[in-house]
Amino acid sequence: MLLDLREVHAHYGRAHILQGVTLSVAPGEVLALLGRNGAGKSTTMKAIMGLVRPSGGEVRFEGTDLAGREPHEIARAGIGYVPEERRIFTELTVAENLSVGRRPPRAGLEPWSEARIFEIFPPLAAMRARAGGRMSGGEQQMLTIGRTLMGNPRLLLLDEPSEGLAPVIVERMADAILRLKREGLTVLLSEQNLHFARIVADRAAVLEKGRIRWEGAMDALMADDAARAEFLAV
Amino acid sequence: MLENLLVQGLSGLASASSLFLVASGLTVIFGVTRIVNFAHGSLYMLGAYLAWTLVTGLPRGHLGFWGGVLGAALIVGVVGVLIEVLLLRRIYKAPELFQLLATFGVVLIVQDVALLVWGPQDLLGPRAPGLRGATEVFSVRFPLYELFLISVGPVVLVLLWLLFHRTRWGTLVRAATADREMVGALGVNQRMLFTTVFFLGAFLAGLGGALQLPRESVNLQMDLAVIAEAFVVVVIGGLGSLPGAFLAALLLGQMQAFGILIFPKITLVLAFLVMAVVLVVRPHGLLGKAPSTQHAAGPVEPLLRPSPREVRLLGWGLLALAVAVPPFLGDYALIVLTEIAVMMLFAASLHFIMGPGGMASFGHAAYFGLGAYGAALLVKHFAAPMELGLLAAPFAAGLAGVVFGWFCVRLSGVYAAMLTLAFAQIAWSAAFQWTELTGGDNGVLGVWPSGWASDKLTFYYLALALCTGATLLLRRAIFSPFGYALRAGRDSPLRAEAIGMDGFRIRWFAFVLAAVAAGIAGGVFAYAKGSVFPTYMAIPRSVDALLMVLLGGVQTVSGPIVGALAYTWLHEQLMRLFELWRLFLGGVILALVLFFPQGLAGAIGRRGGRE
Repeated sequence: MLLDLREVHAHYGRAHILQGVTLSVAPGEVLALLGRNGAGKSTTMKAIMGLVRPSGGEVRFEGTDLAGREPHEIARAGIGYVPEERRIFTELTVAENLSVGRRPPRAGLEPWSEARIFEIFPPLAAMRARAGGRMSGGEQQMLTIGRTLMGNPRLLLLDEPSEGLAPVIVERMADAILRLKREGLTVLLSEQNLHFARIVADRAAVLEKGRIRWEGAMDALMADDAARAEFLAV
Repeated sequence: MLENLLVQGLSGLASASSLFLVASGLTVIFGVTRIVNFAHGSLYMLGAYLAWTLVTGLPRGHLGFWGGVLGAALIVGVVGVLIEVLLLRRIYKAPELFQLLATFGVVLIVQDVALLVWGPQDLLGPRAPGLRGATEVFSVRFPLYELFLISVGPVVLVLLWLLFHRTRWGTLVRAATADREMVGALGVNQRMLFTTVFFLGAFLAGLGGALQLPRESVNLQMDLAVIAEAFVVVVIGGLGSLPGAFLAALLLGQMQAFGILIFPKITLVLAFLVMAVVLVVRPHGLLGKAPSTQHAAGPVEPLLRPSPREVRLLGWGLLALAVAVPPFLGDYALIVLTEIAVMMLFAASLHFIMGPGGMASFGHAAYFGLGAYGAALLVKHFAAPMELGLLAAPFAAGLAGVVFGWFCVRLSGVYAAMLTLAFAQIAWSAAFQWTELTGGDNGVLGVWPSGWASDKLTFYYLALALCTGATLLLRRAIFSPFGYALRAGRDSPLRAEAIGMDGFRIRWFAFVLAAVAAGIAGGVFAYAKGSVFPTYMAIPRSVDALLMVLLGGVQTVSGPIVGALAYTWLHEQLMRLFELWRLFLGGVILALVLFFPQGLAGAIGRRGGRE
C-alpha cells in the first residue's frame, strides 16, 4: 500500500473529530472519501499532511511512519495537498504561484513543468501574469491543483475539488483527475458530490462521526441503496 | 531664505534614507513572521557601535571605512539570526503582546551589553573617505556624505524590490507573508525562510546604524529613539509594505526637517500626531492592506471564573496582613508597600482592557502619568490641596481615555498596540517639551500630602484603601453584565454585534474605565513620591505594567495582583543588588515568555489541577 492509516484519532480542542480512522490507498488508484458535512473528511486529509497533529494511531507513507513530521517534510516525501479553500496566493501571479510549489524531480515520475500544467489546464496558459486574486473560482481550483503538482507528488490529496464550481468546470476537473490517474498518480479525494466521485473514483470509503463505516468499490456503493441512505443522504 | 529651506529639505531626505533602512527591515520581518521586533532599534545601535570598532579599532588599511560598515552590518545580521533561532522561533504562535515583550527583553539585554563593551560615553566616528567635503547645491554648500545618504534609500528600495520580485526566495517570502501554513504544505521549510528573512532585516538595521557613523555620535540612547521613529514610519506606510515605508520615511524626514523651523516645541509630538491621523483615516496605513483571513485560528481564551474559595480566602488573608502588620514596620518598608498598592491598581487597570477587553495596550503609562500630572499641575499652578488633587487625577486620565480611546478601540492587534504607544509618546513628549506648563525634564516638585495624611503610615492606609477599593471595583465590573458583554465582544465580535451589542461603545467605556483606574494609581503615586516627572509616561513604565500583568497571567483575575507583588519586589531587589539590572530584567522577561506563557497565577493554578 502507498498510504496506510491505522486507528487515527484527532482532536480540535475538546472535540473528538477523528475517532479511529483506518484506511489504505493502493498505488495508482483513486479513492473517494465520502461522508456528510462534519464527518471528518478534511480533518483526515490534514492529519495525513501533518497540519493537524493526530492524537493517536499511525499514518504510514510508503511504509514510513509520518509521526512528528512537519508538513514540509511530508510534502517533500511525496504527498501533495490541495486544500478545500484553495488558498491561492492572491498577490502572486499564476506563474509565481506555480513556482512556489516547484520541487526537484522524483525518481520514476515524469517531472511537472509549467508547460505540462498548462497542457492539463489550458485556461491557465493565457493568464500566466495575472494575479491569483483576480481569477474565477474554477481557474483558482485549476491553479491550486497545478501548484501542488509542481511538487512532483506520488500521492495527491484533493479536498473537495468540485465544491462551488459550475457544472461545466466540474466535468473538466473530472477529466483532469482521470488523466492524472492514467499518468500513474495515486489520488485520495474527499467529496460531497456523489456524481463527481462516481466518475473519477475506483473505490470509496465512507466516513461518519470520525470512523470509516463503509468501504468498497465505487460501483458497489452505487448499487447499495441502503448504505447510501444511511451514510450519505441528507 | 529659499536656500535655507532647500538645505532643510535635503537633510530631511538624508534622514529619511537611514530611517528607511531601519523601517524596511522591520516591515519585512513583520510581513513574514508577524512579529513586531522591538529590538530592531537595538540592532541599529549595534550596527553603529560595531562599525565604530571595526573602523577605528583595527589597524589602518585593514578594512577601511566601507569594509567596516559592511562588516558591521553582516555581524548584526548574524546577531539577528541568533535572536530568531534562540528566541522568536519558540514564540511564533504566542500572542502579539508576548512577542513584543520578548523583543523588549532583548532591548534591555543589548543596552547593558553595549554599556559593558563600549562604556557610557558618546563615541565619535570618522568621516567617510572620499565624501569628506561639501558641494554646491544651488549655491548652497551641502555635505557630500548627506548627498550619498540621500541616494542610499532609493537604491536599497530598488534592490529589495528586485530581490522580492525577481528571485525564487523573494517569491517564497511573499507567499509566506500571505499564508505561511500553505507554503509549508507545499514543501517549503518555513524555518529557513524565517531565519533568512531575519538576517536580511537585521542586516538592513545594522547597515542603517553603521552609515550614521559620520553623521552623529554613537550613544546608548540610539535604540529607543530610532525604534519609536521606525514604528511610526512602518505604521504610517502600512505594516509589511516596502514602498509604504519609503513614502512614510520621506514624509517623516521632511516633517522633522521643517517642523524644527515652524514648531520647535512639538517636533516629538508631530511625528506621533501624523501617525495617529493616518491610522484614523487609513487604519492599515498609507499602502497597507487589511490582514488576509488567517487560516490558523487562534486558541480559545479560557473561561474567566471568580477565583475559587481558597484563593479568595488567601486574598482576604493578605489584605488583613496588609492592614495589621504595617504599624510595626519602618519607613522604608512603608514606602515599598505603598508603591506595591499603587502598582497593583496600575496592573489591574491594564489587565482590565487586556484580559477581558482583549485589547493590546503598549502605552498604558500615559494614563498613569496623566493622573499624576493632573494632580501635580493643580498643586503647581493653583496650590490645590491633596484632596482636590486626588480627585483631579482620575478626571485628567479619564478625559485622555475618552479622547485616545475613541481612536484606539477601533483598531486591533498590533495596530492598536502601536496606536496606544503613539498616544503615550504624545503625552510623554508634551510633558517633556512643554516646559512652561510641566517644568519639562525637571518635573513638578513639592506634591506633598495634606497635613493629616503626611505621616507615612496614614498615607499608606490611604493608598491601600483607594487602590484596593478601585481594584475590587474593577473586579466587580469583570463579573457584571458589562464584563460579560466585553468578553463576548472580544471572543466573537460579529456575533456580539448581531445580537445588538454596540461593541465600539462597550470597548470605549472599558478603555475609559481602565484609564480612570490608572489615573487614581498615578495620583496616589504622585503624592507618595512628592514629585512628578515625564518618565512616569515613558515606554519603560508602560512595559512595567505589561510585565506585571503578564507575570501574573492575562487570563486570570488574581493575576495582576500577584504580578504586581512579584514584579515590584523583584525590581527592587534587582536594582539594589545588581548594577546590570537591565540585563537581569531582560533575562527574566525572556524566561517568563519562554517558560511561563500563562503567567505565575496561571502556572500555580495549573499545578493545582485546574485547566
